[in-house]
Amino acid sequence: MSEEQKSEQEKSTGKVPFVDYLVLDKTPYLQAHECESCGSRYFDRRNACAKCFEDTFRQVPISREGEVTSFSIVQMGPIPYVSAVVDCEGTSVKCTLMNVEATPESVNLGMKVKLMTYSMGEDSEGTEAIAFGFEPSET
Amino acid sequence: MGSDAIWIVGSNMTKFGKHPDKDVIDLASEASRKALKDAEISLADVGVLGVGNLMNAGAGIGQQLQKQIGQTGIPVFNVSNACATGATALRVAVMAVKAGETDVGMAVGVEKLAGAGLLGQTGQKPKSETWEPNGRYGALSSTEGRIGTGIMPGVFAQIGMEYGHKYGGTSFELFARISEKNHAHSTLNPLAAYQKRFSLDEIMNDVMIAYPNTRPMCSGNCDGAAAMIVVSDEKMKSMPKAVQKRAVKISASVLTSDPWVDGCQILPDVNTLTRNAATQAYEQAGIGPEDLDLVELHDCFATAELVHYDNLMLCEEGGAVDFFESGAPWRDGAKPVNVSGGLQSKGHPIAATGIANIHEVVMHLRGEAGDRQIEGAKVGLAHVIGLGSACGIHILEKVA
Ligand SMILES: [Zn+2]
Repeated sequence: MSEEQKSEQEKSTGKVPFVDYLVLDKTPYLQAHECESCGSRYFDRRNACAKCFEDTFRQVPISREGEVTSFSIVQMGPIPYVSAVVDCEGTSVKCTLMNVEATPESVNLGMKVKLMTYSMGEDSEGTEAIAFGFEPSET
Repeated sequence: MGSDAIWIVGSNMTKFGKHPDKDVIDLASEASRKALKDAEISLADVGVLGVGNLMNAGAGIGQQLQKQIGQTGIPVFNVSNACATGATALRVAVMAVKAGETDVGMAVGVEKLAGAGLLGQTGQKPKSETWEPNGRYGALSSTEGRIGTGIMPGVFAQIGMEYGHKYGGTSFELFARISEKNHAHSTLNPLAAYQKRFSLDEIMNDVMIAYPNTRPMCSGNCDGAAAMIVVSDEKMKSMPKAVQKRAVKISASVLTSDPWVDGCQILPDVNTLTRNAATQAYEQAGIGPEDLDLVELHDCFATAELVHYDNLMLCEEGGAVDFFESGAPWRDGAKPVNVSGGLQSKGHPIAATGIANIHEVVMHLRGEAGDRQIEGAKVGLAHVIGLGSACGIHILEKVA
């Protein structure tokens, strides 16, 4: 998303995404930079493609559904949380699992999850920040 | 007959642990001077100095060391390469000797970490009044915890769990048993920071850091230094007989970084570059994993040790769990791994680690490892990985 589009979005909705690659549409989704030459996908601002060294990218939406391929329950702070890697139909996404107890019994490798968003609160100008996580898919 | 073989003729590591009365240069001096003495060589003969230190990477530790132990005007390479810093310093010395720029190189790795806490991502920006995007993800605040974790224990926990997802057979208990092995091994290593044997229950019931790694399953921050003298084949043959007898051949010296693979920028892929380094090292040495009498691998967390059994090809692909279950990596097993106690008990003074693990192999090949000697050891491998990533592998052989 360009800077202009972004500030447009902010003005019209009063919301900003926690990271650039979260798109706050009616149905929010994650978006990757996909290398036009080799198809590799990235979430950060790019100088070039790490696989093929080309530098043209298109924006592609990432599936909102995925499967947990790895996780850890991080207990070094005051609140334990589940850090996970989710395979979203072929694209790996790093996230925190939400709406799940941070216990080994509550999380499984291969577990089906889906994208969710939540408010991080408003700043002094009333702009609301929206973050994303993944949560267990209802079956 | 000339050969391009490179030899380790001097090697030393300090006791790992807390050294409140010594600074970084004290530790580096101690290891360096003892390594020189071990090689019966003078600093005046050393033609290149590679020095690794992570916490003071901009401070010119190499030159500070020279100012304490001897300024001879030789080139100094101060290197920093995460947990592979020590191996990188040694690579510099080996490359210089191999290139014929000098006959004698010295490598030193040193770190003071005691009390540093767990390392990983830091640097949360001060909170501003309004949401401001920062960095390459345009994040409004620190991503730590908000988008998973980038802190080492969590990252390496996920690396082990990913292996479990791919091949099955892993469990909290399995990872804890790997740690149990290394702590048991450490009781025989007087240089280890911790020499306490833990029961499986004690390990599993200790403080959880990042599931499935409890505290004893994480490497210990501590202080320490290690140093090594390497020489050309020609130089080695001109040295006193006693030195020649104890010389250990560097049959392979390899350093790799991450080649691009799918998903490697999401969860660090410590597997591909380790496997690449191992493949190159076995090829360079002309030996295979089946020939190794002992292995020191980078068990920064119990979860990491498991994946490296596979990456170093100590087992078939996907067979790391069976390999461990067979008892092979115990010191009396078929393929002893981390008989030093590994980073979980020996300790992990980051930049010293990549030389200290080679020192451990040297001691066994010389038959000087004392109570923990692997009898008749002729070939050993030392592996280290720095997240980011850099992987160093050295294969050593007792030839003389
Ligand atoms: Zn590309």
